[in-house]
Amino acid sequence: MSTSHHTPAGHGGAEHGNHGSKSSLWIGSILSIVLTVIPFWLAMSGATSAAAISAIFILAMVQIAVHVRYFLHIDSSTEGGWTFLAFIFTAIIVVITIIGSIWVMYHLNLNMMPMSIDEMRQM
Amino acid sequence: MQDTSTISAVFGRLSLDSVPIHVPIIVGTFAGVAALGIIVVAALTYFRLWGYLWKEWFTSVDHKKIGIMYLVLGIIMLLRGFADAIMMRAQQAIAFNGSEGFLPPEHYDQLFTAHGTIMIFFVAIPLVVGIVNFVMPLQIGARDVAFPYLNNLSFWLTVAGAILVMMSLFIGEFARTGWLSYAPLAETAFSPDSGVDYYLWSLEIAGIGTTLSGVNMIATIIKMRAPGMTMMKMPVFVWTALCSNILVVAIFPALTVAFFLLILDRYLGTAFFTNDNGGSPMLYWNMVWMWGHPEVYVLILPAFGIYSDITSTFTGKRLFGYTSMVYATAVITILSYIVWLHHFFTMGSGANVNAFFGIATMVIAIPTGAKVFNWLFTMYRGEIRFELPMMWVVAFMLTFVVGGMTGVLMAIPPADFVLHNSLFLVAHFHNVIIGGVVFGLFAGMTYWFPKAFGFKMNEFWGKVAFWGWVIGYWVAWTPIYFVGLMGTTRRINHFDDPTLQPFFIVAAIGVAIILVGILGFVMSIVMGIVQRDKTRDTSGDPWGARTLEWSTTSPPPEYNFAVTPIVYDLDAWQDMKEHGYKHPKDGFVAIHMPKNTATGIYLSGLAVALGFGMIWYMWWLAAISFAAILVIAIAHTFNYNREYSIPVDTVARNESRRDAQAAARI
Repeated sequence: MSTSHHTPAGHGGAEHGNHGSKSSLWIGSILSIVLTVIPFWLAMSGATSAAAISAIFILAMVQIAVHVRYFLHIDSSTEGGWTFLAFIFTAIIVVITIIGSIWVMYHLNLNMMPMSIDEMRQM
Repeated sequence: MQDTSTISAVFGRLSLDSVPIHVPIIVGTFAGVAALGIIVVAALTYFRLWGYLWKEWFTSVDHKKIGIMYLVLGIIMLLRGFADAIMMRAQQAIAFNGSEGFLPPEHYDQLFTAHGTIMIFFVAIPLVVGIVNFVMPLQIGARDVAFPYLNNLSFWLTVAGAILVMMSLFIGEFARTGWLSYAPLAETAFSPDSGVDYYLWSLEIAGIGTTLSGVNMIATIIKMRAPGMTMMKMPVFVWTALCSNILVVAIFPALTVAFFLLILDRYLGTAFFTNDNGGSPMLYWNMVWMWGHPEVYVLILPAFGIYSDITSTFTGKRLFGYTSMVYATAVITILSYIVWLHHFFTMGSGANVNAFFGIATMVIAIPTGAKVFNWLFTMYRGEIRFELPMMWVVAFMLTFVVGGMTGVLMAIPPADFVLHNSLFLVAHFHNVIIGGVVFGLFAGMTYWFPKAFGFKMNEFWGKVAFWGWVIGYWVAWTPIYFVGLMGTTRRINHFDDPTLQPFFIVAAIGVAIILVGILGFVMSIVMGIVQRDKTRDTSGDPWGARTLEWSTTSPPPEYNFAVTPIVYDLDAWQDMKEHGYKHPKDGFVAIHMPKNTATGIYLSGLAVALGFGMIWYMWWLAAISFAAILVIAIAHTFNYNREYSIPVDTVARNESRRDAQAAARI
């Protein structure tokens, strides 16, 4: 392939990134199980306090971090840092998209008068 | 949803009534297009060119040929989009004092929708992608893009979208909902016929092509640069191409999803963007503009790159402020994501939201202004050669800055409440898109034409094109700024206020002058071909340029570079020339190249059938083509026989012929 004409080694070689050792996969699996069981138990026990919901939310965030680190193998060295850079960029874009949309749509009706369904259909 | 009783099992809702034989303008156009088509097909058959076109062009995976095909597509669609513009301007110039003009509202509404859709999706994007495709791999010293077959597929998917749009002219109708087909107007309740479906399916298909092309270009720039070319030694055009394609990959999914949800609304009766049942039309605006605003930077950034390369070439100087140019490009890339709400300040969100997006919008003027100053400082005390590409650069700076300033003006939310949906806005975005993107594309096409074909475009007709476009732009759009500021809204079919008529007559004259520019451009290609022996480029470097693409022959061999260049400096070719670069005479090796494939054409042909089936509710056609797309795409992955080798002898023979040509010149 023309893709590899700069690398004397040719196909394969150093093109593949870090696939993780057995121990890191074990750590990842155990962490993600723990991080799943706790919020599951919280939800099943019917906890609805603000503290419980915040805990579920925070554990979900940690869960994402664990998956990224141990299963997607994204660290700052893979592919000369490009993978990490792309990941950070994607994260920023997704955050802008979600937070921005929520903010904008939350403000949608700020200056509007309340309407009935029939009035909406006539718009 | 249509009344199901009228839907046939075979033809869906397509019937003879769908063909608009009662509209004389369309029948006339159809007759003209059909006659032209028959002539072209007959000529190709007579000269036995079908085999040549199929083998050498249509199935080619060579980035240079795909780039040229993108440009041909863009220019053909430019003629179509411009024909729409002429009709709109003529209509608005005469529809006063009780006259309704020659276009009934339902036809006029299709025209402005088709004009915007075609100009953005099938003119600006193909032209930009085409130039990036052709130039970028040459500038980084690569032999092709990272995924050559994908590149061919991307092109043909774009063509598939264009074919669907063109079909809507003669079978059924096109959308009457404006170029972004806003909900709720685009919902079934208000637009039950096939127009919006044509719009949605053609753009979904073309959008997939553009996204795949974006992935391809990013991979190429990151992985395939010549040895020595670090990120900060890439030409500015490569930087802008990189940022533009990063934007493409990040934003096109938003558009695809927004369109897909609208498709669900229209086909399955969901309520994502409806007024009632909990839907929110503004969510559609929100998603579409999350694509739409970065999209204008997808187009303008490569144009900025073209201006940068041309300025440093024709002033004989290194670009002023290369580093700041790179950072300005990166900053614009990020900022372009956080301004989308300025397209709907009038939605009714609170002061905080509008203030944030207003200020973010104004901030973009800072890196853009830095770029303008960089070009000016590059020209300062340079030995400027006012050849055609450089003339376009100067015209761009004079024109674009005005458009930039009206943009900053409209970024102020209270001002936008007055100007929203007015012709002032329309004049603003034509100012930045014509003055920025289109001028840049013409500059780029004139500049790289000799690299692509080995001879220059005709200079006289090139100047006709230049003055036609520049004067025509100002005559056509200055009056529109005025009437817009006075409160005239866009998309009006006929007017009640006779005092506005002089402005629209002047605008129509401006469009006639732009027509001279367009014909001049076509003529400069035709006359360039006729007189090609006069302007033939045997040196490979007809302009005295500074970047790597000029170090190989014009046109470049299929493998671009017999020996991969090694880069030591930002202006790599200039550096090689200064150090007495000698073209290598031996030491060539066999070169591996990707093989041509017709899979891209097959998949895209099936995509047209899929789109057509969905638009006309011919479910069997849609199902069969979708299944066939899956089968062929998967089958292609089992084709391992994708490369061939150019033997050393052929390379050596090519290269010595090049040396002989260069020697004959001296």
